[in-house]
Amino acid sequence: MALDISNTTVSAWRRENGRVGVRNHVVILPVDDISNAACEAVANNVKGTLAIPHAYGRLQFGEDLDLHFRTIIGTGANPNVAAVVVIGIEPEWTKVIVDGIARTGKPVTGFSIEQKGDFETIRQASWQAKEYVHWATELQKEDCPISELWVSTKCGESDTTTGLSSCPTVGNMYDKLLPHGLYGCFGETSEITGAEHICEKRAATPEAAAKFKKIWQAYSDDVIFAHQTDDLSDSQPTKGNILGGLTTIEEKALGNLEKIGKKSSYIDAMGPAEAPSKGPGLYFMDSSSAAAECVTLMAAGGYVIHTFPTGQGNVVGNPIVPVIKISGNPRTLRTMSEHIDVDVTGVLSREQTIDEAGDALIDMIVRTANGRATAAEALGHREFSMTKLYRSA
Amino acid sequence: MSNPQLLVHDHEDNVGVVVVENLAAGTDMLCVVTADNSDFRLTAKADIQIGHKVALKPLKAGDTVMKYGEDIGKMVGDAEVGAHVHTHNCKTKRW
Repeated sequence: MALDISNTTVSAWRRENGRVGVRNHVVILPVDDISNAACEAVANNVKGTLAIPHAYGRLQFGEDLDLHFRTIIGTGANPNVAAVVVIGIEPEWTKVIVDGIARTGKPVTGFSIEQKGDFETIRQASWQAKEYVHWATELQKEDCPISELWVSTKCGESDTTTGLSSCPTVGNMYDKLLPHGLYGCFGETSEITGAEHICEKRAATPEAAAKFKKIWQAYSDDVIFAHQTDDLSDSQPTKGNILGGLTTIEEKALGNLEKIGKKSSYIDAMGPAEAPSKGPGLYFMDSSSAAAECVTLMAAGGYVIHTFPTGQGNVVGNPIVPVIKISGNPRTLRTMSEHIDVDVTGVLSREQTIDEAGDALIDMIVRTANGRATAAEALGHREFSMTKLYRSA
Repeated sequence: MSNPQLLVHDHEDNVGVVVVENLAAGTDMLCVVTADNSDFRLTAKADIQIGHKVALKPLKAGDTVMKYGEDIGKMVGDAEVGAHVHTHNCKTKRW
């Protein structure tokens, strides 16, 4: 029986700005690397909070600093986050982050360490974090249409089975949900190489196609060809991809693009960690093909659930966004099933159609939105990796 | 239909993908084209791992390898029908 998408709801939190969140985190967010210790101390003091340590935030400048701010602000602003305590070494950049998150209307307070030290900062921030936990844990969920979710995708440790099963499963989900008003997102700029001509044709407008082509060309010219030694065959496809049977970047790219389905087209091409600005629909985001970096950028863009096809078995998770793993590789299900949420091995044995696999994924999206912990959440995978554009000053 | 050992995306493709573990040389494989669920049979010429590709036609160095109905690279060695196609005899045209 066909799914009744228009009457499918999820029980989730509606935030101050109207967006729907599927988790209710109180986040302790460092502005910079040297504030990680204070954030982790606060998270240790106050149960039910989550520190998100990371490696950067000092001496960055220009576009690279803009991306850093956008990623940190976007993470705090994500609807899966109820409230935020921000800690930075000094007050000015801390205020930039606090003001950015405050635009969503959610509670956020900043603390800076200079002239106080870690002890006093941790004391003050812990009191605030405890207040936020009391407040957030009393927030009630409400029934929200599934179409109000923002669902991103990126595949990892791909092999030839992803292009046959798990990627077209995600594509089928998008073909079914996007017409109802879902926000979707795919990216992985370097991994489109070999299928960029096909990706260009999947744009909804000539403007979106031109923006995609410009992003792809810039990455190719400024990063790949500027830094290559011989060719990229040693890292794209990855060693894991090659073990799984993928031979060339073209083959990998064609499998990757199966994630946007048969009918869906993207309405805009965005920079890394940017929030979509053209209404409901599918978006391309300029992003690394490295799993943790890509999921971090899409979470910062505002996406609340991530669908992650894998062949050989990528184990990545994210601190604030549930990452749903889909695999059709029977060896991966046999050897590391604790990492997989949706088993689509039936697609390879011809016992399950792509249409049925897509329905199974939509069902898992609903269950995840309703609170089911994903494999990555249960196993404590909270990878948060900043994308850096160039060296700091 | 029984479970296939090999899946092929498109009728234009000259390689297919092994979708079972422990495929042994000499196996008479059931091959299914996912585009329309049509099938044919082919004998594997080597032990080939799950996920790895098999030549559906005789391939010579320089030939274009087709998968998804698209160009995925070129042969840099020869492969007979039923032989393994991978990094030892196939390479990208990009880098």
